[in-house]
Amino acid sequence: MLNKEINDTIAAIATPPGEGGIGIIRVSGKNSINIVDKIFVAGDKRALSERHSHRAIYGKIYDLHDKKVIDEVICLLMREPHSYTKENIVEVQCHGGMVVLRNILANLLENGVRLAEPGEFTKRAFLNGRIDLAQAQAVMDIIRAKTEASLKMASGHLSGYFSSQINQMRELLLDVIVHYEAVIDFPEEGVDEIDNIQVMEKIGEVRSKIGNMLASANTGRILRDGIVTAIVGKPNVGKSSLLNLLLRDERAIVTDVPGTTRDSIEEYADIDGIPLRIIDTAGIRQTEDRIEKIGVDKSLTYIKKAGLILALFDASRKLDTDDQKIMALLKNKNAVIVLNKSDLPQAFDENCMKINCPDSKIIHMSTVEQDGLTELIQIIKKMVYNDNIVSNEGEFVNDVRQADALKKADSHLSDALKGLDNDIPEDLVVIDLRSAWEKLGDITGDTVNEDIINEIFSRFCIGK
Amino acid sequence: MFIAGSYDIVVIGAGHAGVEAGLAAARIGCKTLLATLNLDNIALMPCNPSVGGPAKGHLVREVDALGGQMGINADKTCIQYRMLNTSKGPAVQALRAQADKKVYQLLMKQTCENQENLDVKQLLIEKILTQDNAVTGVQVETGEVYTCHCIVLASGTYLRGRVIIGEKTYEGGPVGQRAAMELSKSLKKNGVKLMRFKTGTPARVDKRTLDFSKMQIQNGDDETHNFSFMSDISTREQVPCWLTYTNEKTHKILRDNIDRAPMANGIIEGVGPRYCPSIETKIIRFPDKDKHQLFIEPEGVHTNEMYVQGMSTSMPIDVQFEFLKTISGLENVEIMRPGYAIEYDCLDPLQLQPSLEHKNINGFFSAGQSNGTSGYEEAAAQGLIAGINAAMKIKGRPPLILKRSEAYIGVLIDDLVTKGTEEPYRMMTSRAEYRLILRQDNADMRLTEKGRQVGLVDDERYAVYTKKRDKINEISKLLKAKKINPSGEINKVLQENGLDEIHTSLTLYDLLKRKNVDYGRLQNIFNLPVVNIAVKKQVEINAVYEGYINKQQEQIERMEKLENKKIPADIDYKQIDNLRDEAREKLLQIRPVSLGQAGRISGVSPADISILLIYLEQRTRRSE
Ligand SMILES: Nc1nc2c(ncn2[C@@H]2O[C@H](COP(=O)(O)OP(=O)(O)OP(=O)(O)O)[C@@H](O)[C@H]2O)c(=O)[nH]1
Ligand SMILES: [Mg+2]
Repeated sequence: MLNKEINDTIAAIATPPGEGGIGIIRVSGKNSINIVDKIFVAGDKRALSERHSHRAIYGKIYDLHDKKVIDEVICLLMREPHSYTKENIVEVQCHGGMVVLRNILANLLENGVRLAEPGEFTKRAFLNGRIDLAQAQAVMDIIRAKTEASLKMASGHLSGYFSSQINQMRELLLDVIVHYEAVIDFPEEGVDEIDNIQVMEKIGEVRSKIGNMLASANTGRILRDGIVTAIVGKPNVGKSSLLNLLLRDERAIVTDVPGTTRDSIEEYADIDGIPLRIIDTAGIRQTEDRIEKIGVDKSLTYIKKAGLILALFDASRKLDTDDQKIMALLKNKNAVIVLNKSDLPQAFDENCMKINCPDSKIIHMSTVEQDGLTELIQIIKKMVYNDNIVSNEGEFVNDVRQADALKKADSHLSDALKGLDNDIPEDLVVIDLRSAWEKLGDITGDTVNEDIINEIFSRFCIGK
Repeated sequence: MFIAGSYDIVVIGAGHAGVEAGLAAARIGCKTLLATLNLDNIALMPCNPSVGGPAKGHLVREVDALGGQMGINADKTCIQYRMLNTSKGPAVQALRAQADKKVYQLLMKQTCENQENLDVKQLLIEKILTQDNAVTGVQVETGEVYTCHCIVLASGTYLRGRVIIGEKTYEGGPVGQRAAMELSKSLKKNGVKLMRFKTGTPARVDKRTLDFSKMQIQNGDDETHNFSFMSDISTREQVPCWLTYTNEKTHKILRDNIDRAPMANGIIEGVGPRYCPSIETKIIRFPDKDKHQLFIEPEGVHTNEMYVQGMSTSMPIDVQFEFLKTISGLENVEIMRPGYAIEYDCLDPLQLQPSLEHKNINGFFSAGQSNGTSGYEEAAAQGLIAGINAAMKIKGRPPLILKRSEAYIGVLIDDLVTKGTEEPYRMMTSRAEYRLILRQDNADMRLTEKGRQVGLVDDERYAVYTKKRDKINEISKLLKAKKINPSGEINKVLQENGLDEIHTSLTLYDLLKRKNVDYGRLQNIFNLPVVNIAVKKQVEINAVYEGYINKQQEQIERMEKLENKKIPADIDYKQIDNLRDEAREKLLQIRPVSLGQAGRISGVSPADISILLIYLEQRTRRSE
């Protein structure tokens, strides 16, 4: 693996997750001020680079792509050498939760900032003479400890599906790279010529895989594939109807027969930038039907696993024992209580609900009339922004890191395609392919160049 | 003890590594002894009769730029030249030449014999002599001693060499020579760790028994090429090579006799190279291939021996005869020398510093096949560096260590001393991460200055280099300064000369980047100075590939800080608690000279590098 360069500009989230309403991103390095200037517009329109050190400047951060405001922020400017790292530092303070932090960070990464390695700010502080000698040992301890923690996080974080996708892409690219290298290094040994069309197809295949991964969750959270969101409730309360509404698609079958959904259905949805992995579950009730019972058991485990629960009740009917059992399951969970079918006259005892589930928000809704949807989305957003739901920094940073690696790999592949279009020589095309292959390897931690050489010999009969 | 002579440096072996080491050391001004088993076998080519190819041709050019001999010797004696990969980018184009083996040897012998400060002697050296872990001399089999301060071991495949042909084996070096059977013991006694490698070579066959009408002819290029930046040879008699193929019959014979192959019956224990498999290995590893190509190459113009490239084998003689005769054009073949495999001792290169000096034996350098590489060019490159660095040591000057970003030689040596090798190491362009910078066409631009600094580049070469360099700069500057506007007049001129119109104003340098534009055309249109081909090429390549070149240059610059951060030799890794055990072990074993090198050791993570960085900083601050 390549060593990270000492002179890069680096960034990281500086606030521990879930603490208070303010999030801080710290950017350190030679270019930190100029880079933040690219996405930050101060209230008085003056650039950070024109300002004195140790000022707090109010302004807005804009998204590079859609030019929309991501958040209102305060930037703290500290010029070298009067900062913690003795480098130029900008601290961006925002009040949004993880989604906002993630967006700001992603924008910085696209402008040439690199994510800080574990303990890297402290390391720089020491190397630049900010921290005195006595603390060197402590600095080394921090680096070691943080690295171990983040490695654990990263390995636990890669779902089998995700890493197998990455490995598949790398395998495809390796095929092409090895062929190129064999042709280049052994021109007289009868290795088949390279077919540009085939190469372009393979690159296209990898790019569309990358595209899918990136699209599956807006800018980040591509690993866990969004917040696991379970729609639960008795049969026939309108769960599948809610799923369809959130997806804006007739994904699940809706009938007036209780027990329509026998097995859970999973779908991804992007709700105002928040990636959700929504699961429509089988209605929960006492049942003797063996197949239905399996579905019900599954629904119960989803209540345990979910990061967010949308608990549905039919407001047009009286509370019954099945409803009460479900209420009991919601204790200490992130649940929103949705009283559905508000278009019908209410028969439901809302007070009993409030007493039983004091921590949960209750909203009224009608999936038929599409009433209450905006309110539901507002509530979900608030819960996410306040870091109530996903509050794991490591996981979160990994997402950004991986999304960034995917994007960079994709841009190398796009360069390779451009090169092929312009008929540039093989050895130049392969530079871009190798860069993409290495970037993907950064995600899974495999970047050994020996692989390429070994593969040349195992795939081609070469030798004099 | 009879002291037969005293030298600064003794070079053991006069193969491709040995001659470069000896010549370099002597030219820098050290009194040097070049010892060979056989004076008639200086610069012997025991394997293929060719020099160069991808990465190898690059090495030859680099050796030349630094003031080595291989390129010049090849240019004066080779009998066919081809530029390979011409349809690919400039970085991977490579020169390959067919050598006249005997003439090559004779000229190299003459050069060595006439080199000032260099004595060439036929001696079989049995012992290296040391005191307090420092070299003091060498002892010959007949007992006499030559004292010296540095040794360059360049013993090729002769250390405990064992030749294998089918069921028959005997102790010896290539082509019926003696092997050095005792030296290994002496090395081991001095703590040198040895490995055992294997390599092989095909049969040589009688030209008069071949039917060339059944083969494809392969001529040299029409254009005359040279390896050396100093050669100005413009015409050369060339001799063709011939291409033919194995077939199902050949494969069947090999398969039927596979149990008689030495690698199957356990006679061979050494590790052979994967890129140079014997024909029997190819057939086992790639059973689906219905034919393998082979080239018939002349061994020289004064002999009928032809080299059967691609058919390296150690099968018994009867099998060799039988399968060769199945090949189209070889039906009546007579073998003049059979193919054979050879096993030999070589030292584990992880014991060496990047200067090629042994870490524990002061003044003991090693180069070439005895470091676990294969190939004449790899050997010459290491020989040159070992010779230079032995001389630097004698002169009390720092060693010449080339970076991976500066030369294939740098990649080669860094790979050897950082990663080691488990098979005979061959240079390939895919091993170089900065391939676009390390071109064969700019080896002089990259390295002549360095050769000058160590005292190996003479005035004549230096003058040629500076003239070329200045011309390239002058022309590039000129092109960058000259702007043209998209006026009707200009576009008319462009069109008349078959070039596309321009729509924005641009410099001639930018215009040069376009497809179908070369300096020659611009010169005609805009009345630019006439320059030679070499200068033209450099200007064009730099312009056309500017984007990619800059990208690689940036990568190099970003890594530079770590490369330049030196690790003091007396660092005690055991004291650094925070290193992981695996990293600590590897660092202790390899003792890298810089953080950059440390980072390339497998098992050393970026976090370990951070910790090393902090530790080193702590050390320097303490000592201040
Ligand atoms: N009036 C009214 N009817 C609704 C509303 N939402 C759902 N329904 C109806 O209720 C019935 C059941 O809806 P589903 O969405 O299939 O309910 P479910 O909870 O998925 O049911 P199971 O899959 O059987 O557990 C259908 O006939 C829907 O049309 C609503 O807001 N108002
Ligand atoms: Mg349903």
